[in-house]
Amino acid sequence: MKASIIITPKKAVLDPQGKTVRGALEHLGYTGITDVRVGKYLEIELSGVDRETARRQLDEACHRFLSNPVIEDYRLEIHD
Amino acid sequence: MRFAVLQFPASNCDQDCVHAVRVLGHQADLLWHKETSLGAAEAVIIPGGFSYGDYLRCGAIARFSPVMQAVQRFAAAGGLVLGICNGFQILCEAGLLPGALIRNRSLQFRCEQVFLKTANYDTPFTRAIPRDRVLKIPIAHGEGCYFADEPTLQTLEANGQILWQYCSAAGELTEAANPNGSLRNIAGICNATRNVAGLMPHPDRACEAILGSTDGRYILESMIAALAPRALAA
Repeated sequence: MKASIIITPKKAVLDPQGKTVRGALEHLGYTGITDVRVGKYLEIELSGVDRETARRQLDEACHRFLSNPVIEDYRLEIHD
Repeated sequence: MRFAVLQFPASNCDQDCVHAVRVLGHQADLLWHKETSLGAAEAVIIPGGFSYGDYLRCGAIARFSPVMQAVQRFAAAGGLVLGICNGFQILCEAGLLPGALIRNRSLQFRCEQVFLKTANYDTPFTRAIPRDRVLKIPIAHGEGCYFADEPTLQTLEANGQILWQYCSAAGELTEAANPNGSLRNIAGICNATRNVAGLMPHPDRACEAILGSTDGRYILESMIAALAPRALAA
């Protein structure tokens, strides 16, 4: 079983990296891009736990450690 | 007075902090991150650097180290804790201070002298600072932009928890004087009970004239002055 976690800066938090990447994309001629946010992607491998336990544990870990709720949002997905 | 200076893998201002405390005539002991007790320390300094390589987020891993559990207990009992630069980031991650420190708005790593205005002189970290003196203290960081949501900022202001703000040499809070985009020009704050403080500038690098400023002494001397009556009572 695998889990993937995507962590992004909250909307209210200034993301200078995203802003700079957006500027560079515009400069390269890519059109229609209104916003870019740069975050993190974690791939986690699991074994010996059921899906529900994995979700519960990782959800807690995301909140407590893997993301900082003051500045970031996260999205957790479990895959077989 | 006896200070404990914490040492994490990739701390790099631990020796600077020890040196600064000794220059002021006090005792400083290094404490490795695996220690579970602060021993006889009367105050704690969490130094600058890149603890655990800044992996995941600055300070995110250090906060779970054994020594930080001891710092949590020490702080809860009223002990004085000062976090400098990475130490400030660790204290925010640990929940001992509100808010977070994010990437500088300019995306630049800024390494320079800055000027600081003291916003509250009535704390164990500021009481020895001469009134209305603009402090000159260096910074060296890439992720020092202070962020907190608006209600938190208002609480910090209402409680006098903002200790230092980036300002011009004349003491004005301007955008040009803000090296990293910190909200309200915040350079350092304390907790509600005024015994835990953090700041991005390095007072440890401003305690000797040869370094270009001795203004950092006021912050350490404030802590020493605050500890003196405690030592007498003990």
